[in-house]
Amino acid sequence: MVAVDLPESTRPAARRSPAARGRRAAGRILPLVPAFALIALFFLGPILWCVYASFTDVALTGATASTPHLIGLRNYRRMFADPAFGQSLWLTVVFVVGSAVIGQNVGGMALALLMKSRHRIARAVVGAIVVGAWVMPELVAGFVWYAFLADDGTLNAILRAVGLHGKSWLYVMPLLSVIIANVWRGTAFSMLVYSAALSNVPEDLLEAAAVDGASAYRRLRHITLPLMRRAVMTNLMTITLQTLAVFTLIFVMTGGGPGTKTQTLPIYMYQSAFKFYQLGYGAALAIVLLAVGGVFSVIYLRMMREEI
Amino acid sequence: MTTAVSATPRTSRPPRLSTTGPRRRAAAAVAYLVLALVAIAFLLPFGWLFLASVSDQASLKADVPHQLTLRNFADVLTGDNLHALANSLVLSLGAAVLTLVLAAPAAYPLSRYTRRFGRPILLGLLFATGLPITAILVPVYGLFVQLELLDSIPATTLFLTATGLPMAIWMMKNFMDEVPIALEEAAWVDGASGFRALLRIVLPLMLPGTTVVFTFTFALTWGNFFVPFILLVDPAKQPASVAIYQYFGLHGTASYGLLAAFSILYSLPVVVLYTLVQRVLGNAFALSGGVKG
Repeated sequence: MVAVDLPESTRPAARRSPAARGRRAAGRILPLVPAFALIALFFLGPILWCVYASFTDVALTGATASTPHLIGLRNYRRMFADPAFGQSLWLTVVFVVGSAVIGQNVGGMALALLMKSRHRIARAVVGAIVVGAWVMPELVAGFVWYAFLADDGTLNAILRAVGLHGKSWLYVMPLLSVIIANVWRGTAFSMLVYSAALSNVPEDLLEAAAVDGASAYRRLRHITLPLMRRAVMTNLMTITLQTLAVFTLIFVMTGGGPGTKTQTLPIYMYQSAFKFYQLGYGAALAIVLLAVGGVFSVIYLRMMREEI
Repeated sequence: MTTAVSATPRTSRPPRLSTTGPRRRAAAAVAYLVLALVAIAFLLPFGWLFLASVSDQASLKADVPHQLTLRNFADVLTGDNLHALANSLVLSLGAAVLTLVLAAPAAYPLSRYTRRFGRPILLGLLFATGLPITAILVPVYGLFVQLELLDSIPATTLFLTATGLPMAIWMMKNFMDEVPIALEEAAWVDGASGFRALLRIVLPLMLPGTTVVFTFTFALTWGNFFVPFILLVDPAKQPASVAIYQYFGLHGTASYGLLAAFSILYSLPVVVLYTLVQRVLGNAFALSGGVKG
């Protein structure tokens, strides 16, 4: 770190003895050590072990549990030949696009726009209800939606009351069910982000455009949205990364089923590693999940760059 | 807040162009209608939770109870379930306190010293916040098996802390940036060490930020199901999230009232905590999630 600080030593204040400079560097590094040691042990270490494990046949039980063998790319080759993997990758994409990119993002924007300049009480009530769905623990959200969509659940009771026939929603359209549940749960976040961004759009600009005869749509399209571009991009990245990792909601509502119809990558990884005890194969799936998250994370970094 | 501020000068202005008046009112009426529908749609799934919890014969349907009762709440507060809630408290409080203790000193040099020094570390931290923790659980399970750490509440707390630290340090650093450095420089001149300046000057001044990081970590840990579900196998060590899930599987259809009551009791702490922090600090809690739009 001394090397990094070298240019500063040209400044008079920093012209000190090497020992003093060493102390100064230590003063900067030492406070970081405990936190980064923990991150290295329980965050970085496991990721590196995961890379290693994905090249072995390590299992939870049986002979290969204690003495795993290196098997090269066999886990990956198996993965890419595995139709269940292809399906789970596709289901993950549909889940993320449907519930985050479309559902939460568009829903959150719509709510933020609708709530702008509405009465204080209306904002407070609607805000509290929508945020309430977000504050609930994910597990409870899963129960609540399981009960809502079950055969003898609330939705079918309502439909019967108005003379319609209900369906076994979780069997007939399981993926749409978990997507809607995740939209319900996550829209509040986008709404809060967009409400904050909307309040930064200068009111005079919109009023000037209105006076010039620009319609509400044109004001939104040509003033509000361009000014919110940054907020939209960062929010999209954040909710994509959050949705990619969703496990509990799907696990409680459908368990990945019926069959494999809602078996997104996290669920498939869980099944492989902890239900079928193939830790090596589960590790390979985890690497894919990490890689997808890593790619989005890098894009996110590029957008946040100016802030650091 | 902002509408209230901008509304004051508006009233003193001459009335708007007449063409926008009625149309604006119609648009507002439509907006209120849509908002009402959205509110109802968001409320409906909650219906079952509240009705079943006070019903003596709860099913999966949001039925008006034949008889209102609080027995479900009393029945669910058994020794085992209370124990599970206590485990949740130990995990969440442990992770939140440990996060503050580790994140505050780590964030300090990142906030105070040269950009050249902190930038690569901050980029690395921000990158880590994007990685799906779900995926790390497979290798962590392997690690815990090899180090014989399964069923250890302290080890699980450490893991939960480690996964939350990148975000916590990032948030702390941002809050710290808001505290002017001049105050510490005065303290340095008086001979205070960097650590004392952090403890006595910076942290008290960024108490709202510290509260947000604490609450954020506590709520995330309290709500976490997957991590303890994998790492804590012994029922005596499992937190409420896992206990409720097991309860659901064991008792199934027979006890929806109890399930709903347990779910409400389990949700209550985070909802109360969020409401309190929200009251005091405004939207800082929600927006501190890394997004500074």
